[in-house]
Order: sequence, then structure tokens, then C-alpha cells
Amino acid sequence: MGNVIETKDITKRYDDFIAVDSINLEVPRNTVYGVLGPNGAGKTTLISMLCTILRPTSGTAIVNGYDIVKQAKEVRKSIGIVFQSRALDDILTGREHLEMHASLYGVPKDVREERIEEILELISLGKKVDEYIKTYSGGMKRRLEIGRGLIHHPKVLFLDEPTLGLDPQTRENIWEYIYNMTQTQDITVLLTTHYMEEADQLCDEVAIINKGEIITSDSPSNLKRELKADTITLKVNDPEKFVEKAKELKFARDIFFTGGEVKIMVERGENLVPEVVEFASSHGIHIQSIEVEHPNLEDVFIKYTGSKIVEGGR
Amino acid sequence: MPELEGIYTIWLRETKRYVRYRSRILTSVVTPLLWLLIFGTGLGSAIRFGGISGGYQAFIYPGIIGQTILFTTIFSGLSVIMDRQYGFLKEIMVAPISRPSIVLGKSLGIGTAALIQGVILLLLSFVVGVQMTVIAFLVSIVLIIIISLGFAGLGLLIASLTDSMEGFNLIMSFIVLPIFLLSGALFPVTGLPTWLQFAVYLDPLTYGVDAMRSVILHQSALPLELSILVISAFALLMIFVSAYMFTKREQGLM
Repeated sequence: MGNVIETKDITKRYDDFIAVDSINLEVPRNTVYGVLGPNGAGKTTLISMLCTILRPTSGTAIVNGYDIVKQAKEVRKSIGIVFQSRALDDILTGREHLEMHASLYGVPKDVREERIEEILELISLGKKVDEYIKTYSGGMKRRLEIGRGLIHHPKVLFLDEPTLGLDPQTRENIWEYIYNMTQTQDITVLLTTHYMEEADQLCDEVAIINKGEIITSDSPSNLKRELKADTITLKVNDPEKFVEKAKELKFARDIFFTGGEVKIMVERGENLVPEVVEFASSHGIHIQSIEVEHPNLEDVFIKYTGSKIVEGGR
Repeated sequence: MPELEGIYTIWLRETKRYVRYRSRILTSVVTPLLWLLIFGTGLGSAIRFGGISGGYQAFIYPGIIGQTILFTTIFSGLSVIMDRQYGFLKEIMVAPISRPSIVLGKSLGIGTAALIQGVILLLLSFVVGVQMTVIAFLVSIVLIIIISLGFAGLGLLIASLTDSMEGFNLIMSFIVLPIFLLSGALFPVTGLPTWLQFAVYLDPLTYGVDAMRSVILHQSALPLELSILVISAFALLMIFVSAYMFTKREQGLM
């Protein structure tokens, strides 16, 4: 296995502004790795350096075994990129984009047709593939771009904000598509996003980045577990009594009674539901409903940066 | 060989774009015809212009071909700015081919567009009453290719230094129009005031127009060999410099 991307104190400085501040990142092979952070955190700058389009001010990175500064051409051959903003030509057809990409990346002529067909099956553009890009919808353009990035069978696919500006339904389609792709292809995906949900759904591992620095990195579930803050929400027939009695519960770190609901802050809430139920009935309290809520990555982000990630970004 | 294929791919895209924007081909032929028919006839009637059969209209015919090449190539070179703004440039810039190959492919594509227009204008020589021989036609084509590579290079060079089309008017007034007006496309370059004479000979297009005038009208201010030498050197220089600038310049993914 090993790591397919390793950065070594990679830094990008513009005059007096540090966009990326000595980041060390390790991305294991065949995983989906998310770089999560607000707009302006340095995600795109980081990706730009990894795909050799920007030179680091200091430090370097190894991508698929090649140094991004000294072996830029080899790096470029081993990666596919889907940019944050569109990189399509309105007056060319989808197929022409794929053909052009294949020849720019030196895909041998005899397998080109086959590769294109293979990609077309994956991105399901149908007859649209022979029409000009200007007639495509946003989701189609994105699918075409992702498919294009795969034509030369890259080892690493960079996706910079892959669902930025797409409607929720299209976004879910793209997620499904990315997921299927990682299941069927020998590929590592590094994606940046500022959508918590996206990172949560797709990524095996997430690095949270803010102001050019990595704050923490782990799997989304571990990051959330670290917060140790599941919430068990109950509706009971006698809340005052329940709150009073519940103070005896050792695992309850905090108990609130708000808006007719009792909220108990706990660790690993799903394991504690039976105990809570038993506890209530042993005191003759009837539970009307019970619900466990896990923290989301948003909470993780708030914990580490002290501020909310900026949503929107349309 | 991958570099060659890369050059070919970029050339192909450029040419497809040109052919698909039909309005561009139309305007690029109509504009020179307007110059020839209206300006040529108008000024030709007002002044006495001896020496050439066909008079002033015939005299400016090679100049107007030069002008068409100049405008087409510089503006096509500037289209890189649009490519940058609309994002397509990134797709090319991250491909595993060298920057000089990108510049060469672009220049050849732009040269092809200029050549298509040049050929159409050469075929329309009868409009201004110029006799076109096969030799003159073929040599003119070679000249058009050399001139257009030079100005394609210049257009790309400007594009590599500019981020947005906001500077378009500046480029128009300070680069494109002076090159056109100083080239002797509209007036003979001999017998001018010294300051103007000096400026005229600094303009690379002067040599291009003079060479074409020499081939098509058998009349020139400079030896044909010298003109060819100057425009060839200009083309090489521009392509080298813009290739260098593209290699040097950083381009983020934003």
C-alpha cells in the first residue's frame, strides 16, 4: 500500500501572505482523501502545487513516487485533475474534449477509442457527447470533466470542489458517481471541499485546513468521536422528575431540558440507549420518543477553529 | 513524439474553433473588402497615384492583406486571455507537454486561421484589378505564413503578460493600430519625414507588406530578401520570447 502523496513542509508564500504554511500530508493509496476548509484556506493553492501548476516557495511533495518540482512531467502523467472552475471549451463537443485529452496525455492511438467508450459508459452522457458543450447542463459538464480526468488512467485524481455550484440532486449524483468510480478503479482521490456533508459521505480520511495550516486529520468518524458529544434527545411524560433522577447517571456529562425535550450529552450514544430506557422505566417514567444524534464535521470544525465554516459558495 | 502530438492537438483545437465561428471568417473577409472598396476607391479618386496599374486600390491591396493578418493573429493570440478567464487554459497547462510546444501549437493554429483569410483575399485580387500569377500566389502564401507566425507570437506574448481583457483598448491603441498605420499599408514608405521614416522601419509589418507588394505588384521600397529576412527573424524571436514567458509565468488553478 504505502502513501501515494506525501508532502514535506510544502509552503506557498505571496509577498507577505502565506497561502499554504508548511503542510505535511500523507495520502494512503486507493483512498478518498478530503481536504476540508473554508474558502481561502489554501486548498486550491495546495492542489495547484501538487499538480505542478504552481511552484512551492519551499518544501516539496512526492506524488505517485515523483517529485513535483524535479519530475513535474512524470507527475502530470500520473494525475488527473478536475478544476474548481470549468475547464471546457464551449465550441467543442464532449467527445472532442475526450479525444483531445487522450492525445495530450499520450494515450496510445490504438486504445484511444476503447478508453473513450469506457469513459462514456461511466459518465453516461448519451447522445449529448457529440454536441457542443454550450448545450450541456452543469451536472453534465462536471461528469464530462471527471470522466476526462480518468482517460489516461491516472493513479491520483484531484477534485477541487467537485460539486461547487451544483444543485443538491446533481450533487448527490456526482457523489454516487465518485463513489462508484473509487470502487471500480485503481485510483486515489484527493478532493477539496467546504461542504461538510461531502467530506463525511465520500472521504476515508479528512484533513481540516484553515489559514494555510492543517489543524487535524483523521477519518471522519474518528474526528467526530473525538468530540465525545453525542446527544440523546428524549420526550418523557414527566421531564422534571427525569432530569432530577438522571443526575445519577454516570455517563451523562450534561443534561438540559429545553423546549419540552430532555437532552443528555454522552459519549457513544448508541450504546447507551438501552440503559437510558431501562433507567427511565425503573423510575416509572414513560418515554415517548428517543433519538441519538452524532456530531457532524461542522461541529469538529468549530471545535478546532472556533468558527463556523462558511456555507454557500455559489 | 508526444510533443509533436501535443502541438498537433493544440493546432487542431485552434483550427476547429476558427472554422466553427463562421461569423469570424465572414467579418475577417468583409472588413478588408470594405477598406479596399470604400477607402481605396475614395482616396484613390482624390489623389493622383501613378506608377501602378489599378492605382491606389491596387497599391493598398497587399497592405490590406497585411492588416488582416495583423488583426486576426494578434486577437487570436489574445484569445489565450479568454481561455485563461474561462478556464480552458488550465486543461492545456497541466497536460504533460512542454510550454514551448503549447506556444508553437497555438501559433500554428493562429497561422492557419490567418492563412485561410489570406488565401480568400488573394483569390479576390480581381476585385481591385490586380493580375495574380501562380508564382505570386504561392510566394504570397509563404509570406503570409511567416508574417502570421510572428504576430501570433506577439499576440501570445501580450496575452502571457495580461490577465484580463480590460487592457484590450490599450493594446488596440498602443500596439495594433500603430503597427498597422506605420506599416506603409496605406502610403508609400519612401520620401517621408525622417521621424516617420524611422518609426516605419521599426515596424516589422513594414517588411511584410513591402515583401508582398514586391511579389504581387513588382514594386517595393526594400530588397525582397531583406524583407523576408526581417520577418523571419521577427517570427522566430516572437515565438521564442512568448514560449519563454509562458514557461516562466505561474498560473494558479483559480
